[in-house]
Amino acid sequence: MIWGVLQFPGSCDERDAVHAYRLAGGEARLVWHEERDLRGLDGVVVPGGFSYGDYLRAGAIARFSPAMEAVAAFAAAGGPVLGICNGFQVLCEAGLLPGALLRNAELRFRCHQVELIEEGTGARLSIPAKHGEGRYNAPNELLDQLEAKGQVAYRYADGHNSNGSARDIAGVTNERGNVLGLMPHPEHAVDPLTGSTDGLRVFERMSGILA
Amino acid sequence: MTVGTPKHRELGLTDHEYELIVEQLGREPNDVELAMFSLLWSEHCAYKHSRKLLSRLPTAGERVVMGPGENAGAVDVGNGYAVAFKVESHNHPSAVEPFEGAATGVGGILRDVFAIGARPIAILDSLRFGELDSVRSRHLLDGAVRGIGHYGNSIGVATVGGEIYFEEPYEHNCLVNAMCVGFAKTAEMVRAAAAGVGNSIVLMGASTGRDGIGGASVLASAELGDGDDAKRPTVQIGDPFEESKLLECCLELLEKGLLVSLQDLGAAGLTSSAGEMASAGGVGIDLDVALVPLREADMEPFEIMVSESQERMLAVVEPERVAEVQAICEKWQTGSAEIGVVTDSGQIRILKRGDVVGEMPVEALVDGCPLYDLEPVEPGGWIYGNRATLAPGVSAEDELLALLAAPSIASKRWAFEQYDSVVGSRTVRRPESADAAVLQLPESGNAIAVSIDGNGRRVACNPYAGTVEAVLECAQNLACVGAEPLGLTNCLNFGNPEKPAPAWQLDRAVSGLADACAALGVPVVGGNVSLYNEGPDGPIYPTPVVAMVGELPDPARVAGSALVAAGDAIALLGPFSPTLAGSELAKQRGELDAGLPTPDVEKVANACRVVRDAVRAGRVASAHDVSDGGLACALAESAIGGGIGCRVDLQPLRERGCSPEEALFGEGAGGFLLSGERSALEDLGAVVIGEAGGTTIEIAAGDRSLVVGLGGAESAWRSLGERAER
Repeated sequence: MIWGVLQFPGSCDERDAVHAYRLAGGEARLVWHEERDLRGLDGVVVPGGFSYGDYLRAGAIARFSPAMEAVAAFAAAGGPVLGICNGFQVLCEAGLLPGALLRNAELRFRCHQVELIEEGTGARLSIPAKHGEGRYNAPNELLDQLEAKGQVAYRYADGHNSNGSARDIAGVTNERGNVLGLMPHPEHAVDPLTGSTDGLRVFERMSGILA
Repeated sequence: MTVGTPKHRELGLTDHEYELIVEQLGREPNDVELAMFSLLWSEHCAYKHSRKLLSRLPTAGERVVMGPGENAGAVDVGNGYAVAFKVESHNHPSAVEPFEGAATGVGGILRDVFAIGARPIAILDSLRFGELDSVRSRHLLDGAVRGIGHYGNSIGVATVGGEIYFEEPYEHNCLVNAMCVGFAKTAEMVRAAAAGVGNSIVLMGASTGRDGIGGASVLASAELGDGDDAKRPTVQIGDPFEESKLLECCLELLEKGLLVSLQDLGAAGLTSSAGEMASAGGVGIDLDVALVPLREADMEPFEIMVSESQERMLAVVEPERVAEVQAICEKWQTGSAEIGVVTDSGQIRILKRGDVVGEMPVEALVDGCPLYDLEPVEPGGWIYGNRATLAPGVSAEDELLALLAAPSIASKRWAFEQYDSVVGSRTVRRPESADAAVLQLPESGNAIAVSIDGNGRRVACNPYAGTVEAVLECAQNLACVGAEPLGLTNCLNFGNPEKPAPAWQLDRAVSGLADACAALGVPVVGGNVSLYNEGPDGPIYPTPVVAMVGELPDPARVAGSALVAAGDAIALLGPFSPTLAGSELAKQRGELDAGLPTPDVEKVANACRVVRDAVRAGRVASAHDVSDGGLACALAESAIGGGIGCRVDLQPLRERGCSPEEALFGEGAGGFLLSGERSALEDLGAVVIGEAGGTTIEIAAGDRSLVVGLGGAESAWRSLGERAER
């Protein structure tokens, strides 16, 4: 299995994502933002960072990149796409995921270990979150719909929703389930030395879509 | 004709310095030349009041890869890899505009590190503000923390540690010192010397605008005072996105071997980078200002030469490789322009569309500035104020809570959670979980630890002893995580060196730094000096900020500072004989005075070795050095961190002659607080003083014995954020 990790000018966590996939037993390579050819890849990660400086609005410029055009086609064909932090913002901007990410309720960037509950299984994951614009937001009707269709993938555990996300939502999928976006960083939870290994579970979930 | 201040004085040059310039040029300088001389002959660039003192510092060592004089120092970490590091001040810009001042401070120090071909892997910051009850201090704190976060987070370099102190003398002149640590293959590192007559000079990165004109001379080399609002245009504006592209571009260029040399543009912009490159290489440089990409078309040649616009680098490139270099710049969407050529003239020539608009000998410009001897005079006692904030006669419990809540001691979580501490996947110990930041280096198969320290109040009490202590504290912090020191860098933040008392402080502090480093066998691989840190009320506390990098073989063995398990023994190790001199308690009581005992460096170094070996062997559960607020605060921090209480008896310190108060809250170098198995601790020669467990911090200290609930201690210690945002 080979994963492609997009690299925009201003990406920060793309090498970490490549490293994480390798630790998780897969292969990964960087995909330059001007590449349109995703042949040979089994899945795509849109990584964290500040693509194009996050000018205008987080993710607003990256969504127009040639690589994102290719990712839209890749997702439409059922390929697994994981958006982490800025990648989640990009996927929302691109319309590949529902909703939007607003500035944190306390209006400050915050980096800390958070606990997530995996919807469905109830599994509890300890993963770092680090963002200034991670407050998940969508109209109530849409939130109802997401919950009804099982598109909420992760919620912040009690006391861990520090950014003010609607209904404690930390991550969502598209209707088909092959595109997942979340604000916390599973690629920074793959090594016991740096904190926890709970992030591996997120990568396994994405790999499961392939099977 | 009106008679005003001569132009050279407005630019910060003395009459004597101006005469020297005329003598070296053989004529009066024109405006371009005068602007360039005024910057390179400023304190900030020429180190004219400190260079003589700095020659005292020991700079040689087996592991030194690059020493002072390069963009950053570097030490060998084995397996063909090196770690580069440097600290630099951005004090005055931050005092005028804290967000941009701190942000560009981070941006500048990052460039210094990637200029030598190292990928930045960590940022640390050392910050000083006035007391937290001042509106101005809270404004500066908030702006500086946001600025550091903005730049570091956006560029994807982890901010892994630092320190913040709040003291009245920093009220008008805050300190913002930023440190960057980089990692490189030793063989791929590059120096800043220009070489190869006929080679091209390529300016990369952002275009050049009018921001930051005169920053080094007007802002960094004079005291702050009234009218600082007018200096706001001398503060630069940072763009971390631009720098992120420039960083990746430069690293790719170096990896492909396309650059002969590389230098960042910092203070004094093109003037200093071109001057220093030419000087280091013993060559000349011709630059045509008409070839520099500008933000504003009508900029004068002198403005182009002194602009401090951020996110720019200057490279020397062989002519046949320029096209390849420019293609890579284009890939990274960063600017590049061939603006000049290396010559054998020994002159810096500034041209505008081929016409010479300035011409100066490199040597006169870079090394011609006179170096001054200080005229130090020891002041007759304590020259700073005293303000009692603690009512007389309060209980020992209330004293402990007041110390834990002191902004300088309290948890800095509010600040460090605004920084990305995990990007890069190297951070083994996040802020506050251990005494030093620990970063794993899988490429070289080991890890490094980094610590940054400097307690200005204690240096004010005795500049020599206080500076020795700062070095020892760094060494102790490294020992707590099992690291062996490899090298040290520093930023010397002092008042006006032309005044007798700050001159004396600087002189004594440099001697303390030199002696402590020599005794520990730690080379000084670089440094930065920030003078003229004064406000209307006088100089800041003399503040040598020292930063040390150490190596450890196995990051899995790193000890944290928090207690680990109930039932573990708690022990004290090291030559620790605390006194109240210069302590946080003395400050709160309004009893600060000159004088501080000089620590025994040899004994502390031995204790560091014992702790380091024990941590590496996995023989202790936790290790924490005893620092601000004394042993009681160190115990409370370890207890709060672990969520486990403790019960100890300080009788062993009483036997060393300490009063109950000194045993509890006295400060001094050399103390380690360890926990673990009783027999293992005793084998190390540590004195067991109690045990972990329960939900209270219980300390027997004669008539000052105390019991404080863990919850109460934690609320006091965690109160900084609430007060910072008040």
